[in-house]
Amino acid sequence: MGNSKIMTLGNGCPIRKVYKYMAISKKKRLSVVAAAAALALVFTGCAATEGDSEGAAQVEVFSWWTGGGEAAGLEALVAEFNKVYPDIEFVNAAVAGGAGTNAKAVLETRLSAGDAPDSFQGHAGAELMDYITAGRLEDLTFLYDSEGWKDVMPATLLPLITVDGKIYSVPVNIHRANVMWNNPTVLADNGIEVPTTWDEFFTAADTLKAAGVTPLALGEQWTQLHLFETVLLGALGTDAYNGLWDGTTDWGSADVMEAIDVFGKLLTYTNDDAASLSWQDAAQLVIDGDAAFNIMGDWAEGYFRSDLGLVENEGYGWSPTPGSVGTFQFLSDSFTLPVGAKNRDSAISWLKVAGSAAGQDAFNIKKGSIPARNDADKSIYPIYLQSAMDDWGSNKIAGSLTHGVTASNAWKAEIDTAMALYVVDGDADAFQAALVTAAEAQ
Amino acid sequence: MAITQAKAKKARYRLKDLKAWIPAMLLLSPSVILLAIFVYGFIGITFSISLNEQKGSGAEGTFIGFDNYVALLDDQRFHIDIWNTALFSAVFIGVSLALGLGLAILLDQKFKGEGFFRTVYLFPMAISFIVSGVIWRWLMNPATGDRTTGLNLLFENVGLGFLVNEWHLTPTWGMAAIALPAIWQMSGYTMALFLAGLRSIPDEVKEAARMDGASEFSIYWRIILPMISPVALSAIVILGHISLKVFDLIIAVAGKQLILDVPSIYMWSTTYDAYNFGRGATLAVYILVSVAVFVVPYLILTNRKEKR
Repeated sequence: MGNSKIMTLGNGCPIRKVYKYMAISKKKRLSVVAAAAALALVFTGCAATEGDSEGAAQVEVFSWWTGGGEAAGLEALVAEFNKVYPDIEFVNAAVAGGAGTNAKAVLETRLSAGDAPDSFQGHAGAELMDYITAGRLEDLTFLYDSEGWKDVMPATLLPLITVDGKIYSVPVNIHRANVMWNNPTVLADNGIEVPTTWDEFFTAADTLKAAGVTPLALGEQWTQLHLFETVLLGALGTDAYNGLWDGTTDWGSADVMEAIDVFGKLLTYTNDDAASLSWQDAAQLVIDGDAAFNIMGDWAEGYFRSDLGLVENEGYGWSPTPGSVGTFQFLSDSFTLPVGAKNRDSAISWLKVAGSAAGQDAFNIKKGSIPARNDADKSIYPIYLQSAMDDWGSNKIAGSLTHGVTASNAWKAEIDTAMALYVVDGDADAFQAALVTAAEAQ
Repeated sequence: MAITQAKAKKARYRLKDLKAWIPAMLLLSPSVILLAIFVYGFIGITFSISLNEQKGSGAEGTFIGFDNYVALLDDQRFHIDIWNTALFSAVFIGVSLALGLGLAILLDQKFKGEGFFRTVYLFPMAISFIVSGVIWRWLMNPATGDRTTGLNLLFENVGLGFLVNEWHLTPTWGMAAIALPAIWQMSGYTMALFLAGLRSIPDEVKEAARMDGASEFSIYWRIILPMISPVALSAIVILGHISLKVFDLIIAVAGKQLILDVPSIYMWSTTYDAYNFGRGATLAVYILVSVAVFVVPYLILTNRKEKR
């Protein structure tokens, strides 16, 4: 075919050379054949030259921590990792997008294609179940034994991340979900005590509403689900709430209906533009004094303190959500070891640092969460986090639905849709029926 | 003798055809092969997944026939999706066509500065839906009281307070507000299509009509509009497939929320948030079929015309 000249064009994708070749022999029919073949070669050539630089040890870690305190926390953890393992290069494979909305799609694509990162971030608990049942994660119990983590990770946490006696992830932090943030000035101006039950809350809310203050700031759909889970916890109590997820509590019960009623009533005390606000926007309403309360996880505290530069108990105050005093509803970020990780040894080194006391202290102070380990140095943490550490040690523990502890992704999605339909049409019976159906499908 | 000559001529034609055909085929073959794999092949894979119940990351599917399709027809969320898409399409296509035609007729009056206005009207199209979505998210902010912003604040300040509304958060009809940014972006493009159509009508036709005493209105209504109806059809097809696949605009304005749910967002969230691949694939096929309903008759029509 006379294209020996073209065969050499593979390296470096010299598209210009191909064009040139086509132009010169424009009149010759055969050149068309050659050009077509060359184009094909160029495509394959381009793909082949993009090889990995092998040799140096590296670890590719996948997360959705790309901004704010999250990225700063990851950076601090990486700095600690580099100190312990200076020979291993850290490759940050983070994908932007809050709560992993984009990252999860990218991760699923990579896992399906057999291109697993060496370690990826996931909420500890049921959210990882999809990966575990699909056999995509390695059992990490051996690390817990060798590093002595079974002694330092809380006995309340371990059962929640253990499946058939095996532990599949290393938690690096604990966030609290059932926190109600308030504006101390607004409360003082209206003579309101922080409510501890929903009845007290509604009494206070009527006073606030009369004074022209929005009682409860609310944001877009996922923050509504977050609100609903804290209402469920408050209405059912810790044990019954935990029972919802293992089948011992009936979703069709009158208590669940009561929670739905409280939730529905709460919606009438919220700002009218909820669906167009992010969680930060909603929290900001409280800080600005437009609203009195906001229910959000304690990452909001990092936002108040670090991003807005506010002082604890002056710019913002906090309490457990009504009805959940004495309960710590948690979520936890954790790292995993996927089956087929290309740098398995480096990944294990990474996990060792992620689970170490030094690693967790470095990470959590920046991220604004408390360490999963119970042997951290409390004195170096800010005031709110110290109080959270006390509660974590002494309270009853419940898992968060919105943040992947209690229900699988599929189950959570069903509950989310059912709740959103209720917000639109207000049909409480249909909502409860959908909750029962969703639970039965599990 | 005449017959053999004709035969030889035919044979020569065939050879010539073949000679022209082979290089053309070779040049086309890479894209044909890529299309076959990455478009039609993947449509096939999607369809086969849609016939399975496949839940969970990396899970195997079990064949359930068309159960996914039937189940979706009974799904309340899918009903909302269909209503939202229909509302969005009706408002978006209708207003874009009307505005586009109106602007095109105005610009066709051959006045000074026409080029400037053409650019101005066409310009929004250069912006991505994500960018304009973020801006319109603020413009259409429905907050009341002291926090009123965007268009609502504008209405209040110029004494048009009765126009203040909840925009995209209006129950049931919110999708109509989402169509506003899309109209803002695409009506200029529709105008360009119509303008090209108007310019292709020979002046003689209009002059002849004028000679016969037709009014300007009836010239447009009875002569020009029928003559540019193929352009209108193209515009409907182009706008229609955009509206049926709309995703980025809604994500930018409102994120993933049920009040503004459409099939493509449902497909995304059921596939990647809930790992229900069977249902996700089914939704993808429904979207494909709905677009095909628009596009395929159009393709057949143009194909026939070209053959003639």
